[in-house]
Amino acid sequence: MFDGPEPIYLQIAQMIRSQVLAGELVEEEQVMSTTQFATTFRINPATAAKAFTGLVEEGVLYKRRGLGMFVAPGARERLLEQHRQAYYDDVLAPALAQAAVLGISAEEIVAYIHGTAHQTPQEES
Amino acid sequence: MTPEPFGARLDDVVVRFGKQRRMTIDGRTFKDEATVALDGVDLTIRPGVITGVLGRNGAGKSTLLTLLAAFNRPTSGTVRLGPDGDAPWEDPWENAWVTSNVQLVRESGDLQDDEKLSESLRYYADLRPFWDAELAGRLLDMFEVNPRKKPNALSRGKRSAVGATIGLASRAPLTIFDEVYLGMDAPTRYAFYDEILADYAEHPRTILLSSHLVEEVERLFEDVIVLDRGGVLLAETAEEMGRRGFSLTGPTSAVERLAGDRRVLHRQQLGGTLQVTLEGTPDDVEATAARAAGVELGSLPLQDLFVRLTEPSRTGAGR
Repeated sequence: MFDGPEPIYLQIAQMIRSQVLAGELVEEEQVMSTTQFATTFRINPATAAKAFTGLVEEGVLYKRRGLGMFVAPGARERLLEQHRQAYYDDVLAPALAQAAVLGISAEEIVAYIHGTAHQTPQEES
Repeated sequence: MTPEPFGARLDDVVVRFGKQRRMTIDGRTFKDEATVALDGVDLTIRPGVITGVLGRNGAGKSTLLTLLAAFNRPTSGTVRLGPDGDAPWEDPWENAWVTSNVQLVRESGDLQDDEKLSESLRYYADLRPFWDAELAGRLLDMFEVNPRKKPNALSRGKRSAVGATIGLASRAPLTIFDEVYLGMDAPTRYAFYDEILADYAEHPRTILLSSHLVEEVERLFEDVIVLDRGGVLLAETAEEMGRRGFSLTGPTSAVERLAGDRRVLHRQQLGGTLQVTLEGTPDDVEATAARAAGVELGSLPLQDLFVRLTEPSRTGAGR
C-alpha cells in the first residue's frame, strides 16, 4: 500500500478521490479518522492529517466539529468534472500524439473505439 | 490534561569518553586518545513530532538520547529542552522539571530486578506526572506480562515489552525509545508500533525512536535523523528524505535504459526483472517513459538510502 514515488500523503488523497469517484465513498459518508487511518496503514498520523487537509481545501471532504471527516455534497460531481477535463490533457492527448508518430490515422482510432466499445464497455476504468 | 510536547536543541555538542593517562614501556606518560561519541552535533528536535534516529552501531545514537534524558552530560556544547512558547528552553542536567517530563526507555529497561515488576511500575508512576496506570495495565495484559513476576524472570522480548509499556504509559512530553524492540517477535513489534501511533494520535507528544529495523518503522516517522560516526549526516522530514530517491522495477533492458546516469543506491535482479533504487526524483518525462516501457515507479526504500549514506567506503561527501 502507498508504494508509489509520490509522498504518501498525496497517494492517500488520491486513494480517497478514487473511492469517491467510484462511488465506494458516498456523499455525507464518514471517512476514517486520522487515528484509524494511521493505525490501519501504519503511517504517521500527521501524514494522514496532511492528506485530509488537502482534500478539505479541494472540497472533497468537510469537517464536522467533534465528529470527524465526511464526504462533501457534490464531491463526486466535482471530481468527475475535473477528471474528465484532465482525461483529455493527460491521457488522450499523449495517446493521440503517439498514434501520430506511429502513423495511425484518426479513422483507424475511431474504428477501434467503436469496435472495442461494443465488446468491452466496462473495461475503461 | 495533555501536556505541551517538548522540543530539544543541541548546539555544538561534543561527548568524549574514557580519557586516561597511560604509560609507555620506558616510563613516559601520555594521555590516551579519548573516544569521541559525538563530535560537534547541531540538531533541533521538533516538538510534537515522531522522529526516527538511525545510525549504524557506534554512530552515537544512544549517547545522543542519554544526553536528552540527562543520563549523561556533554563534554562541551549545550543541550536545551522545553515546550513551544516564550519561555527559554532549559538544560536537562540535574533539572527536576525537565527530567520529570522526559522518559528514556533503554534496551535494559532500567528495572528493579530484585523486586516484583509492579514495584518498578510504581516507581515510574511516582516519577512521571502524566502516568496513565490504566494504559500500563492494558499494555501489560496485551503483551502478556505478569506484573507479579520479577524482571529477571522475564524473557528478553517480555522485558522489551515492559520498556514499551513504561514509555507509552509515561505520556512524557518527550518520550524516547532506544532500540526498545530488541527481542520482541514480529507480532509484538507491530503491536508496539500500532500502540505508539494510536496513543500519539490521542495524546500528541514528542517521540524519538531509534531502530535498526528501518523498513518496519520508516512510515512512523515525520522527521528522520541519520547519525554516522558521531556526526549528523542528515536531519530532515521523512517527506524530504523520500524525495532523495526512487525505485524502478521492470524488464532489465528498459530499467537500465531509464536509469541512465543516475547513481544507483541498490540493485536487485530477479530473472528478467530488475529493480534499482536511484538517487533523485523522476521528472514527468521519465515517469511517462517508464509507464510506456512497462516499468513501475516506486518510493525510495529508506533502508537503501541509509545503507548507502553510511557505507564505510564513502568519501566524506554529504557530511
